[in-house]
Amino acid sequence: MTWLFLQAVVSGLLLGGVYGLVASGLSLIFGVLRIINFAHGAVMMLGMYTSYWLFVLVGLDPYLSILVTGPLFFVLGMLIQRIVIEPNRAAAEHNQLLLTLGVALVFENLALVLWQGDFRTVRVWYSGASFLVADVLVEVPRLIAAGGAVLIALALWGFLRMTDAGKAIRALSEEPEGARLVGIDVARIRGVAFGIGSACVAVAGALVTPFFYVAPDVGETFNIMAFVVVVLGGMGNFLGALVGGFIVGLAESLGAAFLPGSLKQLVVFGLFVIVLLLRPEGLFGARRGR
Amino acid sequence: MAGRLGLLLVVAALAAVPPLLPKYALEVLISVLFFGYLGACWNILGGYGGQFSFGHAAFFGIGAYTSTLLFLRLGLTPWLGMLVGGVLAAAFGLFAGYLSFRYGLRGPYFSLVTLAFAEMLRVVAVNWKAVGSSLGLVVPNRGSAPALFLFADKLPYYYVILVMVLAVLGITRALERSRMGYALAAIRENEDAAEAAGVDALSTKLAAMAASSFLTALGGTFYAQYFAYIDPSLTFGPAISIGGLLPAIVGGAGTVAGPLLGSFVLTPVSELTRAVLRGRAGADIMLYGLILILVISFLPNGLVGWIRSRRPAAGRAA
Repeated sequence: MTWLFLQAVVSGLLLGGVYGLVASGLSLIFGVLRIINFAHGAVMMLGMYTSYWLFVLVGLDPYLSILVTGPLFFVLGMLIQRIVIEPNRAAAEHNQLLLTLGVALVFENLALVLWQGDFRTVRVWYSGASFLVADVLVEVPRLIAAGGAVLIALALWGFLRMTDAGKAIRALSEEPEGARLVGIDVARIRGVAFGIGSACVAVAGALVTPFFYVAPDVGETFNIMAFVVVVLGGMGNFLGALVGGFIVGLAESLGAAFLPGSLKQLVVFGLFVIVLLLRPEGLFGARRGR
Repeated sequence: MAGRLGLLLVVAALAAVPPLLPKYALEVLISVLFFGYLGACWNILGGYGGQFSFGHAAFFGIGAYTSTLLFLRLGLTPWLGMLVGGVLAAAFGLFAGYLSFRYGLRGPYFSLVTLAFAEMLRVVAVNWKAVGSSLGLVVPNRGSAPALFLFADKLPYYYVILVMVLAVLGITRALERSRMGYALAAIRENEDAAEAAGVDALSTKLAAMAASSFLTALGGTFYAQYFAYIDPSLTFGPAISIGGLLPAIVGGAGTVAGPLLGSFVLTPVSELTRAVLRGRAGADIMLYGLILILVISFLPNGLVGWIRSRRPAAGRAA
């Protein structure tokens, strides 16, 4: 029993790191654009396919593929924002949300058309590597993914704190009117934020390919998890998303260890509904006038 | 007057033409009416009340599962089972709605919580052996048995869904001109202002939720009887929630004819793409996504809004 619990905690924390990076990107986009990006999971899926094809065609290691997926999806994210969302800035909130849903439908089904629905996996030499810590199994690829995700998320947090571009993003997120008044190019920063958010989730996708299947609808699961995490951590709260990622990872993995079938998802959704109802501003956020 | 005559002609055509159609065209037309129906149900809460549910599959699935289980286990005719399903769905809608509205969830937060409720029901259905788990349930078709909502060919199903669509459009029309309709519109435009003006936002939204979920559940029973098979992801999955929301948005949310018009545009396009690009699964939904993006970008008020804006002097047509 204790062993099962410990194993579940370790698995949950490792999964949670990845959720954290996925959700950080989503949270950043929400903070700046004030829209819930339904295309986030689809972008992750495309990031996973990019790593997959780079591995299959050129033999590039999934971890090294980050150097390609990061910049590539930063540009793609900026383009999505520039072409699809920015022209409809003045439209109602729900219409912007539906735009991202449209983008998700296009991406997901484009992948289905191009590469069919088969589950694909990347088999690298370290795919099955693992070690034991006090009888608890730690899979190396999952450890690297979680560690890498947390490092990238923290680096991004530093970027948001230290650099001018980062400060502009935070300014826009906290005080849109004020940001415009002090001369920040608001439209450009929105594009940058969408680009960074997309790069985050695509890189998270690359990090999980050594141990996770790739399929056109793989992003949906991560998308819904990221919604849960972002709400938990507080919409627009970057570090909150990282902490929320660990909480959701733990909830899911403990649910999987102690509940039959796929009922673990019920734990996660239950947590989601409770947080939405009781603290829609997130666990760590202060109640803010919207 | 001209509007009423046109409406009569459309209804007459919808009633008279189908027996003459080839089987495939009839199937497409049934799909058109089915998604138009779902859109019209969603429209009551989402279009008129501005509460964007992303989880109407919850009500749809409750309807499909309730009538099918009552039929399989107790032999109750789905004609009655669908009413039971409707009542259960409305009860669930009131429960979910009360929680969400009571705690002040608006806009995207409401969308997320409805999505979560539908997903929870899907997970429960997948894991519950007594309701068939992920294998789903088969409705045994013993040939033609009108008393059991079973027909040997497609035409009677067509007339059933036609009557359902016309009924829900009639309800929407009546709602639009009722006190509740005005209250809903006021909430959609500005909830705080509506409350200040004396609108009871909570009970108005709950009433819309109950009506919308009851009617959506009836669509679930129709689906189960028509396709004779249901499973958790077909009935509780996001595809059904989106399948109802899209025709309403594309046609014009908050208008009577919008959802049906939207379905008349979207459904044949997707059916045709699927037929032409056989073996290329996904192409139809990809096109769906593109149309959604284009409509929101260029016709933000949907087809009906666009038609109205082109002839402002002609007054309002239904």
